[in-house]
Amino acid sequence: MATNSDSLYAARAPIFPKRVSGPFRRLKWQIMAVTLGIYYFVPWIRWDRGPDLPDQAVLVDMAGRRFYFFWIEIWPHEFYFVAGLLVMAGLGLFLFTAALGRVWCGYTCPQTVWTDLFILVERWVEGDRNARMRLDKAPWSARKWRLRLTKWTIWLLISVATGGAWVFYFTDAPTLARDLVTLNAHPAAWSAIALLTATTFTFGGFMREQICIYACPWPRIQGAMMDEDTLTVAYREWRGEPRGKGLRRRAVTEAAETTTRAAGPQIGGRSPAIPMPGMPTGVGGPIPDNAPGDCIDCNACVNVCPMGIDIRDGQQMACITCALCIDACDEVMGKIGRPRGLIDYIALADAPAEREGRAPRSVWRHVLRPRNIVYFALWGGIGLALVFALFIRPDIELTVAPVRNPTFVTLSDGAVRNAYDVRLRNKHGEPRDFTLGVTTSSDLSLSVEGVAGTSVEVPADAQALTRVYVTAPAGAEAAGGDTTDLRIWIMDDISGERASAPTTFNGRGTR
Amino acid sequence: MSEKRIDDVTGTETTGHNWDGIEELNNPLPRWWLWTFYATVLFAVIYTIFFPAWPLVSGATQGVLGWSTRGEVARDIAQIDEGQQQYREGLLSVDVHMIRDNEELQNYAVQAGAALFRNNCSQCHGSGAAGAIGYPNLLDDDWLWGGRIEDIAHTIRHGIRNEEDPDARFSQMPAFGEMLTEGEIAGLARHVQSLPDGADPLSGPAGQLFADNCATCHGDDAQGDPEIGAPDLTDAIWLYGSDLASLEDTISRGPYGVMPPWGERLGEANVRALAAYVHQLGGGEAGEPRSETNVEEQIGEGDVPEGAGRTGGDPSDPDEVPFPEEASGTD
Repeated sequence: MATNSDSLYAARAPIFPKRVSGPFRRLKWQIMAVTLGIYYFVPWIRWDRGPDLPDQAVLVDMAGRRFYFFWIEIWPHEFYFVAGLLVMAGLGLFLFTAALGRVWCGYTCPQTVWTDLFILVERWVEGDRNARMRLDKAPWSARKWRLRLTKWTIWLLISVATGGAWVFYFTDAPTLARDLVTLNAHPAAWSAIALLTATTFTFGGFMREQICIYACPWPRIQGAMMDEDTLTVAYREWRGEPRGKGLRRRAVTEAAETTTRAAGPQIGGRSPAIPMPGMPTGVGGPIPDNAPGDCIDCNACVNVCPMGIDIRDGQQMACITCALCIDACDEVMGKIGRPRGLIDYIALADAPAEREGRAPRSVWRHVLRPRNIVYFALWGGIGLALVFALFIRPDIELTVAPVRNPTFVTLSDGAVRNAYDVRLRNKHGEPRDFTLGVTTSSDLSLSVEGVAGTSVEVPADAQALTRVYVTAPAGAEAAGGDTTDLRIWIMDDISGERASAPTTFNGRGTR
Repeated sequence: MSEKRIDDVTGTETTGHNWDGIEELNNPLPRWWLWTFYATVLFAVIYTIFFPAWPLVSGATQGVLGWSTRGEVARDIAQIDEGQQQYREGLLSVDVHMIRDNEELQNYAVQAGAALFRNNCSQCHGSGAAGAIGYPNLLDDDWLWGGRIEDIAHTIRHGIRNEEDPDARFSQMPAFGEMLTEGEIAGLARHVQSLPDGADPLSGPAGQLFADNCATCHGDDAQGDPEIGAPDLTDAIWLYGSDLASLEDTISRGPYGVMPPWGERLGEANVRALAAYVHQLGGGEAGEPRSETNVEEQIGEGDVPEGAGRTGGDPSDPDEVPFPEEASGTD
C-alpha cells in the first residue's frame, strides 16, 4: 500500500497465505462447513404443506409472491417480517462490530468463506506458500499449465455449484435441476447461474482481498462503529518490540539477562503470564529499554494473512480480523517458550494498562458495556416482537375498501346501497368457504356480487377479491342519514375462525 | 502550495494538494480498476454502435440492431394480444348470458370491459358508472332498455336514438310543452312526483291527463316498459331529476338522450366484454334473453306510439331531432 512510486496505478501483488493450524483456524473451518452446508443443501430440504402448496422447506416464490420458511409462510402484506429481519441484521452487525470488531468480515462474510475455500483448493493443487510462490515466478511450463488448469477447473466447478445453488432457492429445486440437466431451464435461471459463477470465480480466485479493500463499504463503516472497548485483533507491540532475531537477538538477550537477574525471579524481564484463550494476556514488570521483545520477526503472522498485511503495523483498514495471525504467532510463541497472545484479541482501551504492566480488564467488562447491552436489547426486543407477531397471525383475514365512486347508489325501491371491495385471504392449504356478515346498530343487509347467498369460496393459500353490497332499506335511518359505522365479518365455515374489519356506510345525507 | 513530500506517519508520498493543512496521500489505485474503467469505455462505444444513442436534430441514431423501446412495447402488446386471442374467441363462441358460467372468461371479460369502459363510456356515464343527470346510472337496478346481459350488449352494440345505426334502440317522448298548457304540465309534474309514494296514476284530473298522454308508453300503472325504453315513474330513480322544475322541464321538452353505437368501433368481442362488465356492476338482471325476436324487435324511427299528445300530431321528423344536450335537459 505504502509504495513510494510515481505510478498512479499499482498491479495487484499476489498473496500466498501459508497454511496455519490452531483454535481460530479450526473455528473457521467449522464455520465454513456450516455456512456452505446451509447454502448448498437447504433448497433440497422438503416440507409437506399439502397438495396445493410447494413442498420445499425454504422457497422464495417470486411469481406466487410467497416466501416459505419451513412452517412459516410470508405473504406480501406481511413483508414487515422481512423488514424486521433486516432491522435485526443491521442491529446484529452493530452489536457484533461494537463487541468484537470485524468478526463478520473475518468469519462469515461470503467473500471470506469462498476465498478461504478457493485458497484451500489452491494449496491442495499447487502446494503451500513457498511452492506457490515458486510456481508463480516460474516460466510457463507444462507442469505450470497443468497445475493452473487443474486449479481453475476446480474453482470453476465450485463457482458453478455456487451459482447453481442460488437459483434453487427461487423455484422447486428438483424440477429445476431436471430442467437444467435436460437444458430446458428458464433463461433467467441460466443467466443467474452464469452471473454468480462469473462473480464467484473472479472474486474468490483473483480479486480476493481487492474486493474487501476497494469494493466493499464495510471497512469504512466499521471504523466508525468500533470504539476503544471493541475486542479486535491487535499486536502487543509493548511486549513484542523491539523485535529481532538470530545472533542480534541472542546478543541483546544475554545482555539484558545480566542486567535484570538481580531484580527478582523474573524470566526474560517479564513475569510469567498465564495464557488463556481469548483473553488478553497480562504481562508485568518493567522492561529494560534494550531488551528484545517477544517478537522474533519470523513473519509467520504476515505469511498466513489472506489480506497480505502486517498486523504489527497496527489497526488498518485491510485487516478483516480473521485471527489466523493469532494462531500463527501462538504457535511460534509456543516453540520459543513464550506465553501465547503476542497477537491477540485486545481492547485498545487496555493498551495503556498493559503497557504499564497492569492486568487488562476482563473480556466481559468490555463486552457487557452499556452500548452493547442497548444494541442487544433492541435486537432481542425486535426478535421477540417478530416471534410474537408470528404466533398471533390469523389464518383468515379480510381487508375492506369502500367503493367511493360513487359513495352510494339509490335503488329503484328507494333503498340506499354501498359497495365494498373485500379481499378475503385464506392461508389454509386447502380451499375454504367464507360466510360474510355485517354487524351494525342500524338496519343493514349484506349481499355478494354474483353469488346467491353470502358464502364465497376462497382457493387454497390465496386471496379472493369480491364485491360486497350493503343495503339500507328505503325508510331506514342509515339510508337517509350521514354515515353509519358497521363491521364486516367473515367466518370460515370449516374451522369457525372469524375475522372482521370496520368500515362506514354512506347514506343520502353524505351527498 | 503544491509541494510533494513524504508523510511521516504512513511513509507515503503526498499528492502535494493541501487544503488548510489537510494533505492527500498518493496511494496508487489498483490497476484492475483502470482496466475496468477502460472496459466501461469500450462497452459504451460498442453500445452506441448497436443501440440508439447519439441525439441528433430530430431523433437519435438508430443503432445497427434497430432496437427501440417503442418497438419493445409494440412487441409486448402484440404478444399480449396474441395471448388474449383465445379469450376473445371464447367470448364470441358462447351466448352472452353464458359468459358468467366460465370463470376464466368472465374474469377476462370484466377486466377488459373495465378498461374499455374507462376509455369509451366514462365520458358520459362517469368513471364509477354512476352516471349523471341525463346519463343513466349503471350501478342501480333500474334499466330503461332492460338489464339482462343480452339487453345491455344490444344497447352497447347499436346505441340509442342515434342516426348511424339503423338497429339503434329508438323511442321518443314528445315535447308536451307544445301540446299542454303550463298549468296542465305543472299539475302533471306534481302528479308524477307523487307516483313513487303510491298515488294512483289514473286518479284525479292530473290522472286523466296521465291516462291521455303518458299511459300509452309508461303504462296505466306508470311502471314503464323496457321494450320501448319508457322509464318506470313509480321508482326512486329519476334520470332528469325529481324536483318539480326538472319534471316540468322534462315533460315540456321531451328528453332525447342519445348514445352512439359501439359495435363497429369496438368489435363484437369487446362489446360482449363491456356488457359483462356493466352487467356485474351491481344492477344486472339474471336470466335468458326474452327471446331472439324480442331483442331484435325494436321500435323504428318515428315509430312513436299512437295517442302520444292530445292532438294526435305527427311524430317528429327524426331528421330534425334536437341534439342530446338540448333535449336532455341537464341544466
